Amino acid sequence: MTVTHHPGEELLVEFAAGSLAEPWSLAVATHMALCPDCRQAVADAEAIGGALLDGLAPTAIDDDALDRVLARLDTPAPATRMNPVAPGAVLPEPLRGYVGGDLGHLRWRRLGFGASQVQIKTANESAAVRLLRVPGGGSVPHHGHHGPELTVVLTGGFTDGQGHFLRGDLQQTDPSRRHQPRSDPGEPCISLTVTDAPLDFSSRFMRALRPWIGL
Amino acid sequence: MVFRHFAPRLKSYICRLGTDPATAEELVQETMVTLWRKAAQFDPAKAAPSTWIFTIARNLRIDAIRRENRPEPDMTDPVLVPAPAALASETVEHRQRDARLRHAVMALPKEQRAVLQLAFFEDKAHGAVALHLGIPLGTVKSRLRLAFARLRRTLGDP
Repeated sequence: MTVTHHPGEELLVEFAAGSLAEPWSLAVATHMALCPDCRQAVADAEAIGGALLDGLAPTAIDDDALDRVLARLDTPAPATRMNPVAPGAVLPEPLRGYVGGDLGHLRWRRLGFGASQVQIKTANESAAVRLLRVPGGGSVPHHGHHGPELTVVLTGGFTDGQGHFLRGDLQQTDPSRRHQPRSDPGEPCISLTVTDAPLDFSSRFMRALRPWIGL
Repeated sequence: MVFRHFAPRLKSYICRLGTDPATAEELVQETMVTLWRKAAQFDPAKAAPSTWIFTIARNLRIDAIRRENRPEPDMTDPVLVPAPAALASETVEHRQRDARLRHAVMALPKEQRAVLQLAFFEDKAHGAVALHLGIPLGTVKSRLRLAFARLRRTLGDP
């Protein structure tokens, strides 16, 4: 299985530069865990960041800066925590850490159209992050976006006007496009989605329902 | 010596991103502390020291200034899809790769380098970069893509 849908290069560069906000970074990092090519691209962008850093004109630092660094080295480093993982886990890090475990840990909340969701908190609330589960052969009602949307497929697959998306694929949707993703028949399609604005449903009924289902 | 070379450049980097000098000084010191504590984890076969130092400073800044977490894949995670052998065994040795990259960054056309510098040294979305350079957003994105593709070609990547 190979990943065929990747984030745009400008998104990878923003991720490497550190200018991409946490919610979007979570989607890029989750894709990267499943896509060695994009890990390499980000590593290259980071190397460019390193070269640019190296090329900066120096700014004077405090005279005692080195002494203070050495003094701080005398205090022990905080211990790092490891998340144990059961064999056969589906969710990669860093996503698993954000939801507190693998699929078995999730508490799904029903949405209106046979789908369910788990909302994910990040430190940046400017964008909504959720896991979305649509049963096999189901669909998300026709909608558009006021802002961009990133979707990373974790199980199953879906198709819309942009193509066919399977595990690891990342879909980048711009505000102008309306779509109606349909999940593949078979296992449910679970995806990580990041949106920075409420979905703009085509149907008035879905729009009326929106405050109740949290989309 | 790493400290004498990088600490003043780290301060420039953090200040350029809009942080006051006192906080920048603090972050520089924290970067150097982290650097020395994690020195054992540094693999010179994988990245140049400047790359590693850049990523440490970037992550500390995101934590301290933006108060956000930095989500990253965990290379020890069994769920992570490993690189195929051909990709994992780097054809270009890292020092050589680093030198090539440095030359390539300098050799970029001025407007492409400007877009790259803004992408790395301004905490701004590309819309703001476009405004700053007085060019349309689409142009920023295509210049950034071009610059990145050109640099990657010099590294021998597809």
